[in-house]
Amino acid sequence: MDFIFSDEQQQLRDSLQKFIGKEYGFEARKAIIASEQGFSDKVWAQFAEMGILGVAFDEAHGGFGGSSVDTMLVMTELGRGIVVEPYFSTVVLGGSLIDLAGSEAQKQAVLSEVVEGKLLLAAALGEPNSRYELNCVQTTAKRDGAGYVLNGHKAVVLHGESADKLVVSARTAGAAREAKGISLFLVDKASAGVAVQGYRTIDGMRAAEIKFSNVKVGADAALGEIDNALPVLERGADFAVSALCAEAVGAMEALNAATYEYLKTRQQFGRPIGSFQALQHRAVDMMIHCEQSRSLALLASIKVQSEDPNERKRTVSAAKIQIGRSGRAIGEEAIQLHGGMGVSNELAAGHYAKRLAMINATLGDVEHHSERFASAA
Amino acid sequence: MDLNYTKEEQAFRDEVRKFVHENLPKDIADKVLHHKRLVKDDWVRWQKILHKKGWVAPNWPKEYGGCAWTPIQQNIFEEECGYAGAPRVMPFGLVMVAPVIQHFGSKWQKEYYLPRILSSEDWWAQGYSEPGSGSDLASLKTKAVRQGDHYIVDGQKTWTTLGQYADMIFCLVRTDSTVKKQEGISFLLIDMKSPGITVRPIITLDEEHEVNEVFFDNVKVPAENLVGEEGKGWTYAKFLLGHERTGIARVGESKRELEQLKAIASKELRNGKPLIEDPRFRDRITAVEVELMALEITLLRVLSSRTKPGPEASILKIKGTDVQQALTELTMEAVGPYALPFRPEARAGDWHGESVGPEYAASAAAVYFNYRKTSIYGGSNEIQRNIISQMVLGL
Ligand SMILES: Cc1cc2nc3c(=O)[nH]c(=O)nc-3n(C[C@H](O)[C@H](O)[C@H](O)COP(=O)(O)OP(=O)(O)OC[C@H]3O[C@@H](n4cnc5c(N)ncnc54)[C@H](O)[C@@H]3O)c2cc1C
Ligand SMILES: Cc1cc2nc3c(=O)[nH]c(=O)nc-3n(C[C@H](O)[C@H](O)[C@H](O)COP(=O)(O)OP(=O)(O)OC[C@H]3O[C@@H](n4cnc5c(N)ncnc54)[C@H](O)[C@@H]3O)c2cc1C
Repeated sequence: MDFIFSDEQQQLRDSLQKFIGKEYGFEARKAIIASEQGFSDKVWAQFAEMGILGVAFDEAHGGFGGSSVDTMLVMTELGRGIVVEPYFSTVVLGGSLIDLAGSEAQKQAVLSEVVEGKLLLAAALGEPNSRYELNCVQTTAKRDGAGYVLNGHKAVVLHGESADKLVVSARTAGAAREAKGISLFLVDKASAGVAVQGYRTIDGMRAAEIKFSNVKVGADAALGEIDNALPVLERGADFAVSALCAEAVGAMEALNAATYEYLKTRQQFGRPIGSFQALQHRAVDMMIHCEQSRSLALLASIKVQSEDPNERKRTVSAAKIQIGRSGRAIGEEAIQLHGGMGVSNELAAGHYAKRLAMINATLGDVEHHSERFASAA
Repeated sequence: MDLNYTKEEQAFRDEVRKFVHENLPKDIADKVLHHKRLVKDDWVRWQKILHKKGWVAPNWPKEYGGCAWTPIQQNIFEEECGYAGAPRVMPFGLVMVAPVIQHFGSKWQKEYYLPRILSSEDWWAQGYSEPGSGSDLASLKTKAVRQGDHYIVDGQKTWTTLGQYADMIFCLVRTDSTVKKQEGISFLLIDMKSPGITVRPIITLDEEHEVNEVFFDNVKVPAENLVGEEGKGWTYAKFLLGHERTGIARVGESKRELEQLKAIASKELRNGKPLIEDPRFRDRITAVEVELMALEITLLRVLSSRTKPGPEASILKIKGTDVQQALTELTMEAVGPYALPFRPEARAGDWHGESVGPEYAASAAAVYFNYRKTSIYGGSNEIQRNIISQMVLGL
């Protein structure tokens, strides 16, 4: 057993933590969210410079050959700062799907540009009726000469509006919920027939409804094996879920710290409210929630690489269940212990609670993963 | 023992239901049912309709133009209104300050203010909380100094619900800082248009404007606006707290939200089947529904008891808000990934833009976050628990 991060990993974490602490305060973040595009090109360029856009990818594709633990470290720091830049959609979800499914040529072309900060990705997987089921795909890709024609509606595509390229799941065969018959495509968002309706999300990010009407793509747009994308899709999503868990842990740590600070400083009845045992015990439970979440987030970041799909699914789902529950508990308690200040949008606490709640609604909530956990025995 | 409503009570319920059905403006009900943004006119319009019928003040005695209904009747009325999607009658004037004026106010205050409250001519706000005095209300610092026939008020109130609409605010102010803190507090009625008052919005997690900071800088208040005696403000405030018992459980509204949750869960699919058929989700709905059933009977037991309502009212506050919050949580989860889109612009009554996802999903997360307030305001649920443990359990 070795729970120690390497020197490089600690350096990566420290430099990112320092950057976010200095440049990404509450007011700076607020201004970024209020901007037209909803995230900062400047911050993104900094991320490229620091090398965090490449930690997940091989050196052959311009990356830094990091492990899933590196991604976890980065995501925890992004969570601590509730960073709204499209790291998750571009590097973690979009990037890993290309990394897992793409051909050598596709990886060369796309990933190196991602690493340099020149290209943004989004994964268009969900649909209006699919909830959290990756196999529920009604968007179609029909053969058209050498290429394909896409039709359909993709829902709540994270950072879909700012993305240059979209990783799209589409049905090339089979019925709406069949495991077989799903394929992945890499589509230029600028293609004719792609209509994007962008909007804010309640946690300060952006997402979009994306409709495809007769969007023509070449044969080289197919990512991986035709009709057989579900296993890869699930693997990529599991990697993304493990990253979300790590992000949640960072958010929990920061939110707990803010709450403890408030308990120590806020005075009522002539004493700090943290002197009331009713609140002390709840503060302790928040801490335990965070530690339990950290444990499973760690485990998931390792087991997500497992070659045994059942072991991978069980561990990742376990982590998502834990952080879903703990994130809800910590978010609600933090607001409550802040009293009226907790429901004010001018305090960071509520924004952490929002992000934690939306992480639960991304790539499967507690109930979805409970079912998955039980069936992956 | 008979847990059924009497014939008269049932007839009363039918009468209320019919009236609400026929008179509640559809545009207002639509806003309430779809969690759209209410504006001043929505509340005022509904209150005026109730006033015309003579039903706007269920809790007032007849002599002041109230209905003098029994607590059970009041509850039936509130439940029917809540269930039908009527906006809540704004409590600050009708439920909070009016009984204080009726019991402790001067003849002039009764004659001048009560009719204006009944007709919704004046919108009232509650000025209790201050930045440094929330749960510990008695520590409040806003000062009122007597100068001839006026008080000069300096200080700050906060969390003032819908203070941006208010014509009047009733405030607890400190008139004497040399005595025990509860004994130096007085109850003042202050005109919001007085020079020296500034109102600043506080934006909540759903980015709505429903609370405010209210600043008092050298505000002149006529001495005739003091209610009762100087130094008795705390007693009056406590009288008021004991008075409010039907409103806090919100059984009617929760029944309505439960029904909407079930409708949503019947439309949403999980694994190709309606979510409501999924045992995991169904059991969670059941758990809340059972709590709500129990709450309704607990409420009726409190209302039927012949003794003055005591600290048991705290049970209603705690459980009522638990149920409300659980319903918003389940609704947010029921809509799945469509909890994410956040479009405050779509909550305007006259908005007709392109929707995102099903209409019922549009404000699910915003309402969940907004409703975190219910366990904080009106005496936080921790304070309610302290009250029960001290006053009921003797701990
Ligand atoms: C099955 C069993 C095996 C045991 N084995 C051993 C043994 O091998 N050797 C041994 O020495 N002892 C043993 N104990 C005793 C055990 O350590 C005590 O029961 C324990 O320390 C609690 O003390 P108490 O029973 O006097 O309860 P109390 O101390 O009277 O506590 C009563 C309740 O009050 C709570 N409480 C007390 N103080 C506070 C506070 N400051 N804040 C909040 N809550 C508080 C407690 O948590 C508890 O819920 C055993 C007990 C049990 C039940
Ligand atoms: C949406 C909203 C609307 C409101 N509207 C109005 C209004 O119209 N008029 C008005 O006057 N006020 C209003 N309030 C204020 C409300 O009454 C206060 O927020 C409430 O009393 C709590 O005070 P606080 O916010 O200062 O929190 P604090 O008192 O600072 O409490 C912080 C936390 O400590 C806990 N705590 C405090 N003391 C104890 C204790 N002794 N034991 C255990 N736990 C304790 C609290 O429960 C809370 O969890 C509103 C508040 C909100 C959120």
